[in-house]
Amino acid sequence: MLRQLSKISTAKQFLISIGLIVLVSAACYIASDFIEYKVVALILLLTVSLIALVFDILPVLVAAALSALIWNFFFIHPKFTFHIGSAEDGFLFLMYFVIALINGVLTNRIRKIEKQAREEEEKAKTVKLYNTLLNSLSHELKTPIATIVGATDNLLAEQSNLSADNRKELTSTISIAALRLNQQVENLLSMSRLESGFIQPKKDWCDINELVYAVMKRLEQQLKNHTVQISIEENLPLYKLDYGLMEQVLYNLLSNASIYTPEYADIFILAKNDANKVYQLNTSTEQHSEVKKETNSLLLIIEDRGPGFPKEELEKVFDKFYRLNNSKTGGTGLGLSIVKGFVEAHNGTVTLENVPHGARFTIEIPAETSYINNLKNE
Amino acid sequence: MNNAAILVIDDEVQIRRLLEITLESNHFNVESADCAKEGLRIAASHPPDLIILDLGLPDENGHSVLKKLREWYTKPVLILSAQSSEDDIVSALDNGANDYLVKPFRTGELLARIRSALRSNATEENDPVIDCGELQIDLALRTVKKNSELIKLTATEYKLLSLFAQQEGKVLTHQYLLREVWGPGYINQSQYLRVFIAQLRKKIETDPNRPAYIITESGVGYRFIAKE
Repeated sequence: MLRQLSKISTAKQFLISIGLIVLVSAACYIASDFIEYKVVALILLLTVSLIALVFDILPVLVAAALSALIWNFFFIHPKFTFHIGSAEDGFLFLMYFVIALINGVLTNRIRKIEKQAREEEEKAKTVKLYNTLLNSLSHELKTPIATIVGATDNLLAEQSNLSADNRKELTSTISIAALRLNQQVENLLSMSRLESGFIQPKKDWCDINELVYAVMKRLEQQLKNHTVQISIEENLPLYKLDYGLMEQVLYNLLSNASIYTPEYADIFILAKNDANKVYQLNTSTEQHSEVKKETNSLLLIIEDRGPGFPKEELEKVFDKFYRLNNSKTGGTGLGLSIVKGFVEAHNGTVTLENVPHGARFTIEIPAETSYINNLKNE
Repeated sequence: MNNAAILVIDDEVQIRRLLEITLESNHFNVESADCAKEGLRIAASHPPDLIILDLGLPDENGHSVLKKLREWYTKPVLILSAQSSEDDIVSALDNGANDYLVKPFRTGELLARIRSALRSNATEENDPVIDCGELQIDLALRTVKKNSELIKLTATEYKLLSLFAQQEGKVLTHQYLLREVWGPGYINQSQYLRVFIAQLRKKIETDPNRPAYIITESGVGYRFIAKE
C-alpha cells in the first residue's frame, strides 16, 4: 500500500502534502481553545512524519517548512505575526524546524536503502532459480550425451575386446539415450513455447475416446506391467480442444504414473462431462438470477495406486524444474509444469490430491461441445 | 518391388548417409542430392520410383520444391520434417505428398512407409475387390464383408471406407476427407468426420478402441492400413 502511494506523481504529492498540513493546522486552530500550542507542534510534526513515510524528499521538505511557518504564524504568541515573543518560543520554533527537516530526510534515506535491499534480494532469487534450471538441464541433457559418446567410443575402438553381447548392449544403450534426449528436447521446446506465450490452442472437435486410446497405444510398452482401467462416460460429447496439446497432457500424466508407481499398480482414467448451469450475480437487484446459458466442461481424472505425493510437496509439483526429493532419475521436472501450462492454455484447471492408496490428478476444461447423435446418417 | 530407385533430397549429410545405408542395405537403389536445385535436376534426368524430400532445404522451401515436382512427377513423394508442426505436414499432404515422417524417425517405420507408398502406386488400376485380411471391399458391388459376413454400412460410411481403401497406407487429411465425402462446404465441420470414423470403427474393427484398420494421425488425419 505504501509502495502504491509513492507512485503518485510529484505534482500531486506536493498538493497532497500541502493540503494535509493546511487541513491539520485548521483542525488544530479550531480546537486551539482546548489544546496548547506546544501540543499543536507535536501534531504537526506527526503529520510531517507520516508524509515522509510515503512521499519523495521535496514534498516532505516543503511540508516541513510550511508547517513550521504556519505554527509560528497562527499558534505562537503573538498570533498572526511571524514575530516570536519569548526566547523560549524562539528556541522551540528553531527546534521544530530542524527536527521536521531531519525527520523528512532520514525517513527518505531509510526508504531508499530498503528499496535497494529488496531489489538485491529479488535479483538473488532470479539468479538462484536460473542456476537450478541450468544444473537440472545440463544434467538431464549431458547424461544421455555422455552415454552416447562413451558407447560409440567403445564401438569404434580399433582393438577392442568387446564381446558380441556387450557390443549389442552398447548399441541399445545408445538407442535408449538418444530417445531420452529426444524426449528432453521435446519437453524443452514445449516449455519454451509456453514461456514465450506462444501457445495458441488449435481447437478442433475431439473424440475423447479416441484421444485416450491413442495415448494408451503410444505408452503400450511403458504401461505393460500396469493395469489401466478406462471408464469413459457413454455418449460423451465431442469437445473443441487442441488434440495435440491434450495428447501431451495425458501422455505426461500417464507416463508419470507408470514411472512413479510400483509395477502392477492400478491406474484409472476417467472421463465425463460436467454440465454447469451458470448462475450470475445480478448486481442491480442483489439477487441470484439464473442465466439460461449452460457451460460444459470436460472432466478428466487420472488416478493411481502408487505411493502418492508427500503432503508438503503437493503444491510444488507443478512448478518448473521441481522434482520431488529423492525422486528417481530420468525426468527434467518439466512434465507436470507442461501439463499445467497446456491445460491453462485451454482455460482449464489441473489439481493434484492424495487419495487413499494413491494420487489423483483432476483436469477440468471448459469447452464447446457437440452432441450429434441425431446426425443424418444415410 | 525391391531395386526400386529412390532419390533422397536432404541437406544434412548425416541424414543422407543414414538413409543411403539403410535403403541400400534393404536393396533399394539410392541417389541423393543436398539441395533443391540438384534434387530437381536428378529427378528430371532419372525419374526415380520414389522421392524422399526434406522440408528444410537451404536454397529453396521444401513446399515449393514439392509443388514443382508435382507439376510432372506422379510417383510417391515422402516428406521428412524436423518439426512436428501439424500445419506444415497438412499443407505438404495437401500439396501432393504421399506421406510424412518426423525426425527422429525409426528405421522400421521408414521402410514400412516406403513399401506402402510403392505398393499403392503399383496397384493403381486393380481389380474391384480390395482384400485387407479379414475385410473385403468390393468396389463394383459396393459391398463390404468381414470374415465373409456382409457388413451393413450407410452410404456415407461406405463412401468413407472406399476412399480409405483405395488409398491404403496413405495419410488422408481431415480437410481432404470432409471435402471428398461431404463436399467443399463441410471442410470445417470436422465433428461429422469424428462421429463417422467412430461409427465405422465400431462396424469394421475387432476392437474399435484399438483400431487396426483406421489409424489416427494426431492433428493431421487418418491412415487406412490393410492387414496382410
